[in-house]
Amino acid sequence: MARIKNIISGGDTACYILELQKISKSFGLVQANKNIDLQIEAGTIHGIIGENGAGKSTLMNILYGLHRADTGEMLIDGTKVKIKSSADALALGIGMVHQHFMLINRFSVLENVMLGSEGGSLLSSGKITTVKKLKELGQTFDMEVDPHALVSDLNVGMRQRVEILKALKGGAKILILDEPTGVLTPQEATQLFDILDKLRANGVTVLLITHKLAEIMAITDNVSIMRGGEIVGHRKTSDTDPQELAELMVGRKVLLNVEKPQAKPKEIALNVNSLGCFSSRGHKVLDDLTFHVKAGEILGIAGVSGNGQTPLMEILSGMRKPDEGYFEILGKKIDQDTKVSPFTMRENSIGHIPEDRHKHGLILEFEAYENMILGFHNTEMTGVGKLLDKNHMLAHATERMDEYDIRPRNPKLLASSFSGGNQQKIVVARELYRNPKLLIVGEPTRGVDVGAIEFIHKQLIKLRDQGCAIILVSVELDEILGLSDRILVMNKGQEVSTVDGEEANPKDLGLMMAGISQGASN
Amino acid sequence: MSVIKPLPRWADLILLPFINLCTAFFVCGIVVYIIGENPWDALLVMLKGAFIYPGSLGYTLYYTTNFIFTGLAVATAFHAKLFNIGGEGQAYIGSLGVLLAAALFAQYLPSLLVIILCICCSALFGAAWAIIPGYLQAKRGSHIVITTIMFNFLASSLMVWLLSGILMEKGQQSPQSNLLPESIRLPKVQDAFEFLGVNISSSPMNLSFIVALIALLLFWILIWKTRLGYEIRAVGKNQDAATYAGINVSRIIIITMTISGAFAGLLAVNEVMGVQNRVILNYTAGYGFTGIAVALMGRNHPIGIFFASLLFGVLFQGGTELDFEFQSITRDMVLLIQGLIILFSGALAYMYNPTVSKIFSKIEKRSKKNG
Amino acid sequence: MADFFLQILWTLDATLRVATPLILCAMAGIFSERSGIVDISLEGKLLSGAFVAATIASLTGSAWLGLSGAIIASVLMSLLHGFACITHKGDQVVSGVAINFLASGITVILGIAIFKRGGQTPTLNLNERFRPIELWFTESINNIPIIGTIYRELISGHSLLVYLALICVPLASFILYRSRFGLRLRAVGEAPIAVDSAGVSVTWVRYRALIIGGIFCGIAGAYLSISHGAFFLREMSAGKGYIALAAVIFGNWRPVRAFVACLLFGFLDAVTSRLQGVDLPIIGEIPSALMIALPYILTILLLSGFIGRPTPPSAIGVPYKK
Repeated sequence: MARIKNIISGGDTACYILELQKISKSFGLVQANKNIDLQIEAGTIHGIIGENGAGKSTLMNILYGLHRADTGEMLIDGTKVKIKSSADALALGIGMVHQHFMLINRFSVLENVMLGSEGGSLLSSGKITTVKKLKELGQTFDMEVDPHALVSDLNVGMRQRVEILKALKGGAKILILDEPTGVLTPQEATQLFDILDKLRANGVTVLLITHKLAEIMAITDNVSIMRGGEIVGHRKTSDTDPQELAELMVGRKVLLNVEKPQAKPKEIALNVNSLGCFSSRGHKVLDDLTFHVKAGEILGIAGVSGNGQTPLMEILSGMRKPDEGYFEILGKKIDQDTKVSPFTMRENSIGHIPEDRHKHGLILEFEAYENMILGFHNTEMTGVGKLLDKNHMLAHATERMDEYDIRPRNPKLLASSFSGGNQQKIVVARELYRNPKLLIVGEPTRGVDVGAIEFIHKQLIKLRDQGCAIILVSVELDEILGLSDRILVMNKGQEVSTVDGEEANPKDLGLMMAGISQGASN
Repeated sequence: MSVIKPLPRWADLILLPFINLCTAFFVCGIVVYIIGENPWDALLVMLKGAFIYPGSLGYTLYYTTNFIFTGLAVATAFHAKLFNIGGEGQAYIGSLGVLLAAALFAQYLPSLLVIILCICCSALFGAAWAIIPGYLQAKRGSHIVITTIMFNFLASSLMVWLLSGILMEKGQQSPQSNLLPESIRLPKVQDAFEFLGVNISSSPMNLSFIVALIALLLFWILIWKTRLGYEIRAVGKNQDAATYAGINVSRIIIITMTISGAFAGLLAVNEVMGVQNRVILNYTAGYGFTGIAVALMGRNHPIGIFFASLLFGVLFQGGTELDFEFQSITRDMVLLIQGLIILFSGALAYMYNPTVSKIFSKIEKRSKKNG
Repeated sequence: MADFFLQILWTLDATLRVATPLILCAMAGIFSERSGIVDISLEGKLLSGAFVAATIASLTGSAWLGLSGAIIASVLMSLLHGFACITHKGDQVVSGVAINFLASGITVILGIAIFKRGGQTPTLNLNERFRPIELWFTESINNIPIIGTIYRELISGHSLLVYLALICVPLASFILYRSRFGLRLRAVGEAPIAVDSAGVSVTWVRYRALIIGGIFCGIAGAYLSISHGAFFLREMSAGKGYIALAAVIFGNWRPVRAFVACLLFGFLDAVTSRLQGVDLPIIGEIPSALMIALPYILTILLLSGFIGRPTPPSAIGVPYKK
């Protein structure tokens, strides 16, 4: 593969702070990284953008020593290095803030930051020096935290700070951030970028891994685009734009908006009234929620993850009981005294595509045909007799796989053998088979390739036009904006505002997601 | 770097377990060598003792019956990802069911009916001893491994108290129950064959072997052919998905443990109704624990369980012969090999996976080159 | 009255003696479980330690060599557990159960091979065991009323291993909460991936936790056969390893609380022996079977959450895969 020309004006091209040469890595039959060449200039914020599954995380894990590359070299400041473990990476000045925080909830901030660099076999002296260092760093970068607070008491934004401080305390010169804004509101993300700015000003090099175009444009100096395990382009951020980046990410012209016909909503299918519920710890996770959804419309629920969407979906699908309030679904009223289960919900024509298909939607160790009847195993989908009818189930599964183009077309394969997109298609095929009148959908395209995303979006619109009422929960604002007829924004378990799909824009939504409502409009 | 393909199914289900088994025997052989005996001689004596000598096959199959019951108990629970170590206690309490049914019904009902009732009651009592740990795990999150171990000890204490007290045989000093009425003792195999005019050597094997085979069949139907079985397996593989699917996970845990305990309780059918014809102290003699090894080796599948039970039948019967013929070897050797099998077929079950996978890959590459 | 006082002292004295193996095994269990590894095999390690201690003490005449042998044997068993669970990511409960069987079998097999006494080892004389030690000042304090008696009957006169066990509790606490190793160990039990990403080897921390556990269990085993008793008998651990595990859970995986639980169980055991055949007012004679079953019943009640709620380490029981 030809050396990618690097388009950076001026500067010393002979010595990058970090350089990757021909890095490749395979997991079994899947090649996650192919011949990656990457040059990072010192003191810059370098973005690495690509879709889910493009290989970004694998590459960063190689950099951080959590995986070993099959071939290729890594150079720090021009010298070849071997990174065999996180310890090696840390010693070389590479720090990483992972997508899923690597913090111990039961420990204090201090203990978490000290872990791995305690400064002696007894903790007493290390504690004193670490508290001092934390104060220093906090002041320099405007990231102050209480060292003695328990991590479990901190909110997400603060936890991320602890992660960054931990990396800096370890002396990181290169800081890798893997999808850092997935759990932040747009405003918190801006605060993060301020911090990154300060880091850059202090000579720290930042690698920002993301799939969000807006972030790349907002903060990075240079950007490398990954697709299918390869680097398909490098650009100076100021020389490019979202459209070009999106095309490079996907490989073809992309419609950044889904085409959809006008909705024709009819009668109310779901009526939620003052719904409330508490977590196992006693926190209120849903607070006085009231809304409705009509047949033939898609209500998008926007919000940063962790603001009540999951409990809401659990309650509506019968997996959990409400503690306060009630809801009426297709004429049936359900409150904290009603006996419900997902089974009865399904019997009442309600479908549920869960937000975590590995956790809820599929049993990975079951075969595809066994997954195709999950939740419906007590119906005639499994045969009419007292025993399960295997032939009937296999035939049913084959038909669904044909209908949804699920590959490989083998109903006896374990669910774990299918790609993310195909796994999701199994779930969608199953839930949509009985033409539900109400569909609850969570994160339908997380970890799904572009082709399947388009397919699933089309299915949802088709279902809507057939008269189904759809509640769509997603943290991807693009998805919400593209599909929803109305959008309800949630924050801290409450409704902030409900807006019309046509009139909504990301900036306003972002404010609402942070809890700032638009006043009495809409 | 070469890519390692996943193993073909037969290798996974038969080859690897076989290699694990050989490793266990190999290590055992080393121990035999260390204590000064010849491992090959020991192996031969064991096999002869299990099959060749008159009556030995009967003895082997008598043991096999026990292990089928306890193996099924552990396997049922394993399908819901529950580790039921309480087979000993459940089987012990199961014998109470036999005594009770015999005491209540033997005088009034035809013997065939009483036998069936005794079988049902043994299962029922065994199930009852397993329900509480199951309930505690399901509703209160108490770890089933610890609770079932505790319940084993409790059963032991309870039975000591009963057998030395109200259940004790009149006029005797040692703790054991009265003999069962003759009419409900299960006929031994040699008696059954005699009835058909064939003479075979005597052994404790009795018609409970048939019950065991039926149990294997019922187990297969339950786990793979019924909706309940689907729910049990779903709970075992992914509790969250099971909840999503509308399965009541607590209910399934309790039901699974109940069925598991029922299988364990059936041990009394062989030992109490077929062989001892009474309840003696600790009649379960560790069979409950062997069930763990059987289930692990048999991969929780009825065919595997049958062969694993047979293997242990050979070990136990052969072990008695070993004890008899060798001065320095006792039946404790069987404990050792049981531990080794649990180790290699359970905890280290996949130890050989990478090596065998590599070998298979190499063979495939070579045949592609030549073929 | 004085007699009743003495009875109480003797009961407490017996408590300490019975609780010693429990305390040591509980500390072992805490170390391994806090690092995320379920340890059902405390029983097997205890038994192996007891056997090796008695065997070596009998063959060499030295109790100290017996103690060392017990520690080595127990550590080897721990390493086997580690090999299965850590290196090969096997099921931790299954591995623990396997080790218990191995121990039961091999202790008797080797015992018969070496001593030919049906599994029992020869009775050791006083020089080959850890004898009760009279502490300093016993004579001088003896004359002080009450305190002198308490000192003589309860505090002094235990074997070295009992005092060692008592020291192990604050030692375990110190290591766990004030040392770098302890911090890392607790972290591994909560979120091994956090430890890995901080550049610390999860595997090595877990192995060390198991080794420390092995050392404690070895001492406990030696106590059984060459201090408290004078020989090894098959299955002499008699479920103490499981009771120790129950104490760990009772104590919410904390050394001092587990220590209290061990004392409680030891007390029950001591009281059982004392009350055998004794007619109590109103209740009458308590069946010994009930007394024996009491620790087990208590454990079950605890596990059911009727006496407090256990909070185990978050990552326990799950092999760490990168």
